[in-house]
Amino acid sequence: MTRGPLLAAGGLVLPSYPRPVGVHPPLDNPSYRSTLLRSPLRPLVPLPQRLTEVTGPVFGEERVAAGDADLTTRHAGEPLGERIILTGRVLDSGGRPVPGTLIEIWQANAAGRYAHRADQHPAPLDPNFDGSGRCLTDSEGRYRFVTIKPGAYPWNNHPNAWRPAHIHFSLFGRAFTQRLITQMYFPGDPLFAQDPIFNSVQDARARERLICRFDLSLTEPEWALGYEWDIVLRGPAATVFEREGERR
Amino acid sequence: MTPPLTLPLTPSQTAGPFFGIGLPWPDGPYVVPEGTPGAITIGGTVRDGAGEPVTDAMVETWQADPDGRFAHPDDPRGSRAAAGFRGFGRCLTDEAGHYQIVTLRPGRLPTVTGAGDLEAPHLDVSVFARGLLDRLVTRIYFPDERAANEADPVLAAIADPERRATLIAVARPGTPDGFRFDIRLQGEPRDSKHGAGETVFFDV
Repeated sequence: MTRGPLLAAGGLVLPSYPRPVGVHPPLDNPSYRSTLLRSPLRPLVPLPQRLTEVTGPVFGEERVAAGDADLTTRHAGEPLGERIILTGRVLDSGGRPVPGTLIEIWQANAAGRYAHRADQHPAPLDPNFDGSGRCLTDSEGRYRFVTIKPGAYPWNNHPNAWRPAHIHFSLFGRAFTQRLITQMYFPGDPLFAQDPIFNSVQDARARERLICRFDLSLTEPEWALGYEWDIVLRGPAATVFEREGERR
Repeated sequence: MTPPLTLPLTPSQTAGPFFGIGLPWPDGPYVVPEGTPGAITIGGTVRDGAGEPVTDAMVETWQADPDGRFAHPDDPRGSRAAAGFRGFGRCLTDEAGHYQIVTLRPGRLPTVTGAGDLEAPHLDVSVFARGLLDRLVTRIYFPDERAANEADPVLAAIADPERRATLIAVARPGTPDGFRFDIRLQGEPRDSKHGAGETVFFDV
């Protein structure tokens, strides 16, 4: 069954990824101070989606080493903190799983400190936790990490500013249009209301989609709590050339 | 045709200042291995609205191979690219705000119209940084592709020649294989030219 290789009369037929509306945060957000000198002053120019935009890097096992998805077993000892299992699916907006896609994560340790030279928060580093992981989604678009729950930490955006606990996620999808870097938060965090980054997403329902869900059935008894978080990337609009099940 | 089920998208969030613990790849800047025949370098400085170097940004590139091909199933001409060519580059800026990748020159690309017009050789670029709540997307074109650039539909759509020039790399004097492409996240807020010097960024 052919999918993709399509030459319409006179031209190429390419998938088209509808532009998201009202989902991503506006770049200019004065309450997040770092945007002040970094957000463009000029409006973005619409870029037609052509070959470069509808394709993208496809990575395989060469990008992932054994143990990369378990952030708790990468060092001599076990990291301090609350051990968690974090799993979910990467889907596109058409509900199709995105299999074999690279996910990279990074996070603070249980005390709220990143293993990064620029992080000067006076909380302890953990010699058994470096805070980075990666994996490929399986054939159903599923991923699974074992890590520890990151701590909240202060930052100097405004007086007494604290970031809610979060894990950074980087995803490629299968096209340049789908590239996404985001942050995942934990349910019920009391720091949401004062966080300009979380609240940079204007729509309350869209903000909810950044929060994972506690799931007792994912919890491994006497070992680790379970959380689930699905990630939805832009999907190609259906075309008459595409039949259900053809898109991998 | 099955009507699409529209799941709502996951919003973007800033990469923040600490992605250096998770995202650098030792081979990130090498779209092709160093020493590959025909390899070129493209690099430059990322600057903010005050003209200061942005020392905590990440620049990613995606491009066709020298024949204008992609190793990707959605290329209707077939999935194919030059051996050893990854198409993708990733470089974090250093303490001077500088990035650099090693790659091959991309070829021209057919457009969807089939009218014979071609896109000029280009790289798509994503910029991530603290203070960017979503990635910024731009394109790199080549200075010695004058005729191809003049026929390029994306460049042609940018009327102001000063703005268009922000998308065209500069040949480094004395290094035939080196190109400079600086990225200005925010231009100067001069009253008459609000955003002067700012790189053109795209909504893809």
